[in-house]
Amino acid sequence: MEANGSSEAAVSVSGLVKSYGSVRALVGVDLEVAHGTVLGLLGPNGAGKTTIIRILTTLLKPDAGSARVAGLDVVHDAAKLRERIGLAGQYAAVDENLTGLENLTMVGRLYGESRAQAKRRGHELLERFELLDAAKRPTKTYSGGMRRRLDLAAALVAKPPVLFLDEPTTGLDPRSRLQLWETIEGLVAEGTTVMLTTQYLDEADRLASEIAVIDRGRVIAEGTPDQLKDRVGGERLEIRLDEASRAGDAAAALASMADEPPSIAEDLVSVGVHRRGGAIVEAVRRLDEAGIGVEDIVLRRPTLDDVFMSLTGHIAEVAEDEAAAA
Amino acid sequence: MRRLLTDTLVIAERNLVRLPRAPELLVAFTVQPIMFVLLFRYVFGGAIKTPGFSYADFLIPGIIVQNIAFGGFVTALGLNEDLHKGLIDRFRSLPMARAAVLAGRTLADVVTNGLSASILVITGLIIGFSFHTSVLDGIAGGGLLLLFGYAFSWVFAFLGMLVSSAEAANSVGFIAVFPLTFISSAFVPVKSMPAVLRAFAEVNPFTITVDAMRSLWLGAPAGNNVWGAVVWALVIIVVFAPLAVARYRHAAGQ
Repeated sequence: MEANGSSEAAVSVSGLVKSYGSVRALVGVDLEVAHGTVLGLLGPNGAGKTTIIRILTTLLKPDAGSARVAGLDVVHDAAKLRERIGLAGQYAAVDENLTGLENLTMVGRLYGESRAQAKRRGHELLERFELLDAAKRPTKTYSGGMRRRLDLAAALVAKPPVLFLDEPTTGLDPRSRLQLWETIEGLVAEGTTVMLTTQYLDEADRLASEIAVIDRGRVIAEGTPDQLKDRVGGERLEIRLDEASRAGDAAAALASMADEPPSIAEDLVSVGVHRRGGAIVEAVRRLDEAGIGVEDIVLRRPTLDDVFMSLTGHIAEVAEDEAAAA
Repeated sequence: MRRLLTDTLVIAERNLVRLPRAPELLVAFTVQPIMFVLLFRYVFGGAIKTPGFSYADFLIPGIIVQNIAFGGFVTALGLNEDLHKGLIDRFRSLPMARAAVLAGRTLADVVTNGLSASILVITGLIIGFSFHTSVLDGIAGGGLLLLFGYAFSWVFAFLGMLVSSAEAANSVGFIAVFPLTFISSAFVPVKSMPAVLRAFAEVNPFTITVDAMRSLWLGAPAGNNVWGAVVWALVIIVVFAPLAVARYRHAAGQ
């Protein structure tokens, strides 16, 4: 999809390298984001996600490699590029002592708008983000979700074609997350290109058209969420037994249903099955024949958690500050 | 250049608008200096000999200079907070003039410094201070005061970008600036100090500025002190403004 009619991708990154002293944050990253799509950067803390965003938003200079955003080089055309991008950060970067409207007006004026223009645009955005009622309240009285929405609104002041969101929903309650997701989906529907980082696999699954899995400063896998899930194989049958002591017998009974031996964790036996149809019935029949009691049985599609686990060998950790670790 | 000016004004406005909403800052600007004036005037005042001046006359220029030097603390704390809350990142991702974040901060300090200096002058007038010179000299004294305060705002801007937390800014700032203000002619005549301290106090920019203030407001013989004070302020700005801006770029580039 080429919303801007140009053939160049909205974001293209090649061979990006960045070190902080002896810590190698990025060791050669290549990425491409098509116009009007969402690329999710998925990875654990310290993987280098935030470093990528900081380079693409001109906050940081790469040691090597190049990156173009909206047709502009992030180093040589930095000043011009800042007019074309929006950034919403990990911490909701709004001034707590200013009201919602004052925050947006300030940002608008720093984009070079007149006070009246900036105020008008601020009003528009507050209305869109359902913050109009709180327009004249200092933002320190806002809830976490309201602050994130204001932060996102501030990133949209200049209607940027490319938007960078660094962990947009970290620390939000489920309802606020859902609201923010819907807002981001709305922006994408209007043609905005989005690059977002997240540690939440469900977030990447829901929002991203493409996902790049980042670990230790490099891209270790790339593709659509479905492609990535296919890489870890098909469905898994998870069986919880009445008695953990029978787990070995159960695994033996089910072994011929799968290519790999079933895995056992106490009373939970997990089997990667060849085919979905009839798998539950087949398993129940075999376990019944062997006289093994079943408490619960489910067929599970692989999640991005499984993808992550199989690619990185560790589970996505949730901690608050990647920047400090990087 | 036009851009730098408008962006600086936008940032300065931001820092002033928030002021009445942060009551703890207002207390720092108003109640604290008044408290110091009263303590010095009535607790120490009787014991300190200031030949040629009443202690109220002697004290007010000194305490105002000390107070205005510390006015820059707001800049140190504010910048440090902006850095940690991600606001500096936001500013740096905007197509705004690079120096405006610091220039706007320090400009806002000039306004708050003017405010707290006025409060101190009024307090002084109530406890027995009076101007002994012409209106013009009085105004010149006010100007010198604001210039000196502006210079120290850049010192604190540098400090705010240098240290890792607001608490650190507080203690480093205090340790660095507090002795400077005391080993000077601000509160006691330099002649009363031991030789080593006295040698330091005589070249201390605080002494030079306080003496200049006394000559402009009280008519004490100034010598080269007025110009000396102006030069000191300009030197401090020329040294610390580029340091602070460089540090701003560096710290924000991490």
